[in-house]
Amino acid sequence: MIDTEVTPEQPMVQVQNLTMRFGSQTVLKNISLEIPAGQTLVILGESGCGKSVLMKSIIGLVPPTRGKVLFDGMDMATMGEQQMARVRLRFGYVFQNAALFDSMTVGQNVAFPLRQHGGFSESETEELVLAKLNEVGLPPSVVTKRPMELSGGMRKRVAVARALIVNPEILMYDEPTTGLDPVMSDVINELILRTRRRIPVTSIVVTHDMHTARRVADRVIMLSPYSRLERGQPQILFDGTAAELDTTNDRRVRQFVNGEAGERLMELASEANSEW
Amino acid sequence: MSTATSEVNESLFQRLASWLFNWCADIGEVVHDSFVAVGMFTVFAGRLFRWLFFSRPRWDVLLPNMYQVGVRSLPVIALTGTFIGMVLSVQSYAQFRQLGLETRLGAVINFSLVRELGPVLAATMLAGRVGSAMAAELGTMRVTEQIDALSAMGANPIRYLVVPRFLACVFMIPALTAMADFMGVCGGFFYSVMVLGIDKFHYLQNSAVFVTQFDLMSGIGKSVFFGAAIALVSCYQGFNSDAGAEGVGKAATSSFVYCFVMILVLDLMMGIFLDSLYTALYPGGIKLV
Repeated sequence: MIDTEVTPEQPMVQVQNLTMRFGSQTVLKNISLEIPAGQTLVILGESGCGKSVLMKSIIGLVPPTRGKVLFDGMDMATMGEQQMARVRLRFGYVFQNAALFDSMTVGQNVAFPLRQHGGFSESETEELVLAKLNEVGLPPSVVTKRPMELSGGMRKRVAVARALIVNPEILMYDEPTTGLDPVMSDVINELILRTRRRIPVTSIVVTHDMHTARRVADRVIMLSPYSRLERGQPQILFDGTAAELDTTNDRRVRQFVNGEAGERLMELASEANSEW
Repeated sequence: MSTATSEVNESLFQRLASWLFNWCADIGEVVHDSFVAVGMFTVFAGRLFRWLFFSRPRWDVLLPNMYQVGVRSLPVIALTGTFIGMVLSVQSYAQFRQLGLETRLGAVINFSLVRELGPVLAATMLAGRVGSAMAAELGTMRVTEQIDALSAMGANPIRYLVVPRFLACVFMIPALTAMADFMGVCGGFFYSVMVLGIDKFHYLQNSAVFVTQFDLMSGIGKSVFFGAAIALVSCYQGFNSDAGAEGVGKAATSSFVYCFVMILVLDLMMGIFLDSLYTALYPGGIKLV
């Protein structure tokens, strides 16, 4: 874990009573959260609990059903398209499956944000692309390759390079280690840590991987699926440091941390039966 | 006895009421969904036109799309055009020969080609080749979060993905239609003159007299609208694709079906409009028969 200096100033991200609903399905209900500048926040939770939705709502990819998301004091929902485009330059987003553009080479993928917003000559862009690829441990020979020619770990690293190229103030990782072998997972963890050491970036990491959570987090929150909550229970089950995860008294958090199914299988069977 | 009858009637009434209620709910759902779909399509088209008129697309994005839509479709369009011309010749020859009007075949083939068959069949072919490919590509981008990635990097997906495809279709499909017309004229000429032995001079002269520039331009003009419809419908279907391989497949299929329906509807509407325009412009215009 890295020691962070959280400034007493305005938090970088403020989530206020956020509710997200898709059709009749409620995914998030009354989530409130503040993320100070420079902090690495890990969001844990079982599949389908709304971790990725929360992260996408922070960057404004999914508009909230109710509540507000403020980035640097600005309400993401009320921004015009141009202002939103400018604000998004301050974000870097690493998608779960890398989301590299198939129709482009690796070099074109990494250079995309720079070319999209201009301000750099072609030679400067090429230099920056090579520098960022080097930073994530990829050789210059990958520049001309297509994403489909790369392994999962390499694609993830290209996605990190693409996110880093704009020198973002806030970096978001959506399940960065999912589908990777343990060594490559730790390479990604190390990249997250190194980026933190090098630039004062705020990071949000959505993951199921407890090893990643313990390695990179300054702070951990754990979400519960809304459908599992009893009336009046908050959806954020845990909010603390990674070390505090081991001492929590909450049964659901302990089960998740230790990877124990507990009564979950019975619950799932009962849910399935109720639908029949 | 009367109690039993009243119970049976009540049960029948309840079932009828329940059936009627469900029927109304189903109809309501269909109407609601239709309005939602039309509304979403209108918003999508509105956003496209806003970006189209207020922002110039980049050449490095536009040219590959033009290449995909135009150059890569050329062989199939040329082949389609050639065979339409030849088939028209095969089908019409016997009837025209019975009337001794076989030299008018050139007029009939070329008139049908440039006014109707060239634009409509070229557009149909392109709805299959280009439209379905666009829907599948954008659908795949949607389900693999590539469209979200564009937004996350501050690029507007409509501006980056839809505007260049729309412009490529609007500019290239008329050009391909002209190619289909030309190849159809050549195909018709080849079969009529070289295979059926119709007199070349009269075949060409009748073609020149009866097929006017208005006919040619109305066909090309229609193809501009067909191109716009193909791009809009296909991109919309791709953008709203459901998740998974099935969702992408469904987007590609429904893209072709909706494009085809749009082409037929637009063809009818523009046919009526252009016919009225022709009558207004040329009251005593040349008639084929």
